[in-house]
Amino acid sequence: MSEISKRTHAVKNRGVVKIAAGYLAGLLFGLGLAISGMTDPARVIGFLDVAGAWDPTLMFVLGGAVVTAFVGYRVVFARGEPLFSGSFQLPTKQTLDGKLLGGAALFGIGWGLSGYCPGPAIASVGGLSIPLLALLIAMVAGWFIAKRIS
Amino acid sequence: MDWMASLQGLVGGVLIGLSAVWLMGALGRIAGISGIIGNLITQRPQGDSAWRLAFLVGLISGPLLVMALGGGLGNVADAPGSVIGAPAGGVPLMLVAGLLVGLGTGLGSGCTSGHGVCGLARLSTRSMAATGVFLLVAIATVYVTHHVIGGGA
Repeated sequence: MSEISKRTHAVKNRGVVKIAAGYLAGLLFGLGLAISGMTDPARVIGFLDVAGAWDPTLMFVLGGAVVTAFVGYRVVFARGEPLFSGSFQLPTKQTLDGKLLGGAALFGIGWGLSGYCPGPAIASVGGLSIPLLALLIAMVAGWFIAKRIS
Repeated sequence: MDWMASLQGLVGGVLIGLSAVWLMGALGRIAGISGIIGNLITQRPQGDSAWRLAFLVGLISGPLLVMALGGGLGNVADAPGSVIGAPAGGVPLMLVAGLLVGLGTGLGSGCTSGHGVCGLARLSTRSMAATGVFLLVAIATVYVTHHVIGGGA
């Protein structure tokens, strides 16, 4: 009996640890978006507007993130397995197809029209306005449609 | 060039990279927002919602924490003291844009974080292609809406 309760306790702790780990990842991401200015769609559009008053900030954000993740992933993968989960869950698909490229193109139009990709849109809930709410609702609707037609 | 904004961009980018590394090291997951939140909402993998929900709460609390600590960083559109900029367009434009962002990232299996950060860091061919396409299409979209139609929408 004590063996069972001990095991249940361990499983429960694991759940709490996963939640804490997920929260920390989200917090770091949200802090990164806010500090880099990416929660401001005007700054994002400023980067995409190469023919206007070009704002290079997003290039530094993406560069800093990719280099950090590139180095960090190597350290993490060298360890062989994640700390609180059984295995790394990585995409296995290798081929380029119409769904990937067509989806990326549709997303590009939406990103260019609004200055919002999903991260900053959701991270900005604290400054919610009616237009942002409209964007979020439509984005969720888009996810449901994509899931339905996939 | 605004060096302060560039420096803040770099610092923020490193934090986003650390988030991706931590999520992979701790839970073995790609830090793609459209995947994490999209799957949380559309309920694909059953029984895997708790950490996704926690991630969502963390994501929203990040900017709020920066604002509580003084804020004013990196924002060009809104009032000082805020780090969250408001959408420049109205409701109809945001509905169209939001639908395209949701549909596109859903079909294309990722957004700027999943493909643009995590995918590029893994040297994934699919992510390189997707990132190239959405960046170029977004640049073309801004060119058309800002310089061809109207001029400054």
